[in-house]
Amino acid sequence: MKKKTKTMNLNFGPQHPAAHGVLRLILELDGEVVEKADPHIGLLHRGTEKLIEHKTYTQALPYFDRLDYVAPMNQEHAFALAAEKLLNIEVPIRAKYIRVIFCEIGRILSHILNVTTQALDVGALTPSLWGFEERETLMTFYERASGSRLHANYFRTGGVHQDLPIKLIEDIEKFCRSFPKIIDDLEGLLTDNRIFKQRNVEIGIVSKQEALDHSFSGVMLRGSGVPWDLRRSQPYEIYKDLDFKIPVGKNGDCYDRYLCRIEEMRESVKIILQCIDKLPKGPVKSIDGKISPPKREELKESMEALIHHFKLFTEGYRVPKGDVYTAVEAPKGEFGVYLISDGSNKPYRCKIRAPGFSHLQAMDYLIRGHMLADVPAVLGSLDIVFGEVDR
Amino acid sequence: MILNNLKKLEKLVNSELASKVQRSVIENNELLIEIKDVELIDVIQFLKSNDSCKFRQLIDIAGVDYPENEKRFQLVYLFLSHEKNIRIKLLIKFNLDQIIPSITKIFPSANWMEREVFDMYGVKFKNHPDLRRILTDYNFKGHPLRKDFPLTGFNEVRYSEKEKKVVYESVKLEQNYRNFDFESPWEGTKYIKEVKELGKDEKKN
Repeated sequence: MKKKTKTMNLNFGPQHPAAHGVLRLILELDGEVVEKADPHIGLLHRGTEKLIEHKTYTQALPYFDRLDYVAPMNQEHAFALAAEKLLNIEVPIRAKYIRVIFCEIGRILSHILNVTTQALDVGALTPSLWGFEERETLMTFYERASGSRLHANYFRTGGVHQDLPIKLIEDIEKFCRSFPKIIDDLEGLLTDNRIFKQRNVEIGIVSKQEALDHSFSGVMLRGSGVPWDLRRSQPYEIYKDLDFKIPVGKNGDCYDRYLCRIEEMRESVKIILQCIDKLPKGPVKSIDGKISPPKREELKESMEALIHHFKLFTEGYRVPKGDVYTAVEAPKGEFGVYLISDGSNKPYRCKIRAPGFSHLQAMDYLIRGHMLADVPAVLGSLDIVFGEVDR
Repeated sequence: MILNNLKKLEKLVNSELASKVQRSVIENNELLIEIKDVELIDVIQFLKSNDSCKFRQLIDIAGVDYPENEKRFQLVYLFLSHEKNIRIKLLIKFNLDQIIPSITKIFPSANWMEREVFDMYGVKFKNHPDLRRILTDYNFKGHPLRKDFPLTGFNEVRYSEKEKKVVYESVKLEQNYRNFDFESPWEGTKYIKEVKELGKDEKKN
């Protein structure tokens, strides 16, 4: 006689600590094997795209900090680049260097969080405690440059908001000298750790073809052996003058993606050091008074500066008609902004392409046939942040 | 370099697809081609499989709403080719009563993207495996990214202590959302003001 089996439905989240935010995952289980996963997203939907349509370009920028709140400046970067492309303005060279430094700091921020929480999900507590100490240091760099630890609003159209304070560069350099040691320590805890490997090796394997079909980008793509990085293939800012490697995985499993992230942190440190070494002097934002606001001290002497300031913070600047897609290599993958301008001071449409959206979509395909316990491991290695998935 | 590649691609697309392409432009170093919605599948198949295109990655699908246009909605498909290191934008224009063919068969990742467009604009897709709302709340009514949908929405949610559950109520605002029109025809100066030399500025700080 054949035994009758029944599948069981299990609600994973929305308040599950390993769901990395508000993910409601409806799992169909046969015993402990997952037969189907149906992610319900949108619990953190704030209507960013709709809000941006009602704000001037200057006011729209801070919304990007709130997308992937783990690496805020990388998101701002995509929007700033889109607006600059439409306005057809050149960013001063010093601003480009500063942007690259902070983008790489963002990458380290995001990767530390991901690597250590992935370890946390599979049962290792210490890495997150060690990692968060470093994140704290990095966030003070954010704070010293922009005034806030998370919602920076630092990359403005035409450059960056302010020049870096004195000594910040020295401190970043000091951090870069000491940080590789911390990565070594983290690796000492995880890379050859038997439990960590048992939980991650050959879990959530993505083949090259499937990675392409599912619109994967960033580490998800590179972990599967596709050497594709926008910083190298479609360089923006000054990435083409910098010397860095792009780590590529072999098997496309969770463990390879972890290794890629670790290596990327090392490369980011190298990039920052190169930038610090070369950092030129000069202005940090476009000198066009109709796009970037004047300096505070100028306001007290120059009538013209006062008018510019007033116009910029009420009316904003107008952006020529057209549509443009710009993408940056954010820590999680290709983060893109498709911006349509109708020639007014507000974007007509701003479509945000979040890498996590495509990655989470593949959850069903990734987890099918795995055990329930593998769900957090796969979810952790997808590097999901709900700010950007739900928008 | 990029521009040359784009021009080559534009030529190729125009010659191979000929009548299917309604319009093609290169703007801001980006190629946009406009096609009819019925030919969407054919064109995308071609772009994906042709040896000199190889657009094997669908980046995103963006809906756009132009209420005053005869064909109100637009969909922009963004593709990326890793082999050729090039991007292309595909544009279709259509009315609300039209049903757009789904491309989930060609690109599995289109699934959620089309769901999002359906959610935000109410565009219907033919042969989509699972056309549900995705980002908005369960039982949500309306399509938020349409231009005639108010920014403040229609419903608000709160926890009712009396009923011991979350209740939906229509939005009550103390003051209506004010959409200021700050745009003025004033152009400002045409020249760029000279910057003061840096040494002096640094001392002031």
